[in-house]
Amino acid sequence: MNHAAPAGGHPVQFVAKNMRVDLRLIAGMVAANSRVLDIGCGDGTLIDHLFRTKQCDARGLEIDMAEVTRAVTHGLPVMQGDADSDLANYPNAAFDYVILSRTLQAVERPREVLRQMLRISTYAIVSFPNFGHWTLRMQLLLGGKMPMTKAWHRMWYETPNIHPCTIQDFFDLCTKDGYLVEEWLAADEAGARAPWRRFPGLANLFGEQGLFLLRKA
Amino acid sequence: MPGIAWGISQAHIGSVMDQSQTLPEVAHQSVRFEDGLALDCGRHLANITVAYRSYGTLNAAASNAILVCHALTGDQYVAEIHPLTGKPGWWNTVVGPGKAVDTEKYFVICANVLGGCMGSTGPRSAHDERPNEPWGTEFPAVTIQDMVRAQKLLIDHLGISRLFAVVGGSMGGMQALAWAALYPDAVFAAVPVAAAAYHSAQNIAFHEIGRQAIAADPFFYAGRYWAEGVTPERGLAVARMTAHITYVSEAALTRKFGRRLQNATDLTLLGDRFEVESYLEYQGSSFVRRFDANSYLTITRAMDLFDLAADHGGALPSAFAGSKTRFLLVSFSSDWLFPTAQSRAIARALNHVAANASFVEIMSDKGHDAFLLDEPDFHRTLSGFLAGCAEHAGLS
Repeated sequence: MNHAAPAGGHPVQFVAKNMRVDLRLIAGMVAANSRVLDIGCGDGTLIDHLFRTKQCDARGLEIDMAEVTRAVTHGLPVMQGDADSDLANYPNAAFDYVILSRTLQAVERPREVLRQMLRISTYAIVSFPNFGHWTLRMQLLLGGKMPMTKAWHRMWYETPNIHPCTIQDFFDLCTKDGYLVEEWLAADEAGARAPWRRFPGLANLFGEQGLFLLRKA
Repeated sequence: MPGIAWGISQAHIGSVMDQSQTLPEVAHQSVRFEDGLALDCGRHLANITVAYRSYGTLNAAASNAILVCHALTGDQYVAEIHPLTGKPGWWNTVVGPGKAVDTEKYFVICANVLGGCMGSTGPRSAHDERPNEPWGTEFPAVTIQDMVRAQKLLIDHLGISRLFAVVGGSMGGMQALAWAALYPDAVFAAVPVAAAAYHSAQNIAFHEIGRQAIAADPFFYAGRYWAEGVTPERGLAVARMTAHITYVSEAALTRKFGRRLQNATDLTLLGDRFEVESYLEYQGSSFVRRFDANSYLTITRAMDLFDLAADHGGALPSAFAGSKTRFLLVSFSSDWLFPTAQSRAIARALNHVAANASFVEIMSDKGHDAFLLDEPDFHRTLSGFLAGCAEHAGLS
C-alpha cells in the first residue's frame, strides 16, 4: 500500500516542489559532521546541501522512484522506500538527525512515524503546512468548503495529504508522546521566519508552515 | 503437434552443432597461483589460474580500480571483441571510454570465474591428481565466495589493496555482495545489479532443468565427453534455451516475435516454425560453441548454493554489520528471475546495519536481461553513483 501515490503515480507533488523554501531553515538546525536521514528527500537537494556545507553523512529515503533515480544519478545516497514501513528497518540511534520535511501530513501513521524517527535518531526535524492558518480558517468559515491554498492545492478527494494538522495540534501530540520541543518556528511559504516564536497561538493563526526540532524527553 | 515440432527442432539443432565438436583452444591473459585455493567444500585446489582482462590505467595510488563480475555465462571479455564469437563485449554498453564505468577514469578488471571455461581453473583444467586429463565432473563444487577468493588473489597480485568498486549483474551481483561481505575493507563501493542474497527455489528449479537436459544428452558420457571427443551440445543448447526464457519478459518476447512465423505464412509443413522458436534455437546453438557443459553444471550449482544470510546465522544484516562500503542496488521492474523484492530485501538488510545504501528500481519491460541492454536510466544511475563515490573516495 503506497500512501502517497494516487492513481497516475504522482506522489506528494508539493513536497518536492517546495523543498527549497524551508531548506535553509532546516539546515540551520543541523550540526556539522552529523549523521542525517532525510525522509521524503525528493531529488536530494537538502542532503547534497548538508554534505557540501556541513560535511554531514546525509542520506535520503524517497517514495517516488523517479526522484530517487534523479538523486542517485547526482551521486547522492538515496533509497527508494516508504516512511510508514521502512523506518522500522533502521537500528536504534543510527542517526543524529532524521528530517521529515512537509511529509508528515501525507503519511499513513504520523504518530508511529514520529516514534520511529526518535527511535533511530537523537533529533527529529519536522516541518508541515499549518492547517490552522487564518486563510484556511476563513475559507472553511465563510465558504463552507475545504480550503484551497498554495500548499493545500488538491481537491479533498485526491489530496495525498490525509493527515493535516495545525501547529497547536502538533504541540499537543509532542506533549502527549513525551517529545521535547528543542526549537520551533513558524514560517511563511517563502520560508521567511515569522515573528511568533513566543506565541504559539499567533503562530498557529499566521504561520503558513511549522518547523520543529524534537528529541525524546 | 508439439511433439513433432520438437523433433524437427532437435534435428535442426543437430545439423548446426555437428559443425563444432569441441571448444576451440584460445590463449587467455592469466595469472597462475601456485599455492592454490582452499574451497568452501573443504577441498583444496593445488594451484589455480585466473584469466582476466583489464581496461584503462591504474593510477599511482592504485585507488581507481573497478572489478566487474560477470554472470553465469559471461566471461572476462567485457568491453572488447570476444575471441571466440567475434561479437562485441557483453557489457559494451556500460564499460568503455565515457561510458557509465568510464575506462578513462577507472582501471576496470574482469576475471573469468573459478569453474569457468575461458582460461580460469575449471572443469576443463588439468586434474590435480591426473594431470593428463581434465577435471570434468570431478571438479570440486565451488561457491560464489570461492570465485570471489580467486578474484582476491588476482587483485592482490595486481597490487590493489582496496577496490574502488565491485560491479556486477545477476551472478555478478552475487559476487559483488560476497565481496562486500568477505572483504568489507577492500571494497569502497559495491553495485549488485539484478541480484539476490540467495538463489530462490524457482531459480534452482530452472537450473535443474538445464542440468537434466545436459545429463540426458547421449553425448554427455557421465561428464567424460571429452574422452570421447564429443560434447553434449543438444543438452547444453536446451539448457541455454530454457535459461534464456527466464532472462526475458513476456512483454519483450511479444514485442520482438509475437506469433510471427519464420519464412512461412502458415504452419503447414513440419519444418514451419514460429520466429521465437528459431530465435531460441539460435541462442542454444551459438552458446554451445563457446561454453563447456561441465562448467555450466559447476557454475549453476555455485549460484544455487548462494545464500548469504545462511552463512551469517540466518540473518542477512549480519553479513554487512559495520560495513563502510557504499552500496547501490539496482533492480528492473520486469525482471522475474531476480525480482525487485529480492533487491529490496538486501536494501532493508543494509538499513538494519545503517549501511550507506542507495536502491533504485529501473522501469523496463526487458526482463532480467535489461542489465545487459541499452537502459539509459540504469546507465545514468550507475554513472552518477560512481561519480558520487569517487568524490567521497577523493578520486575526482
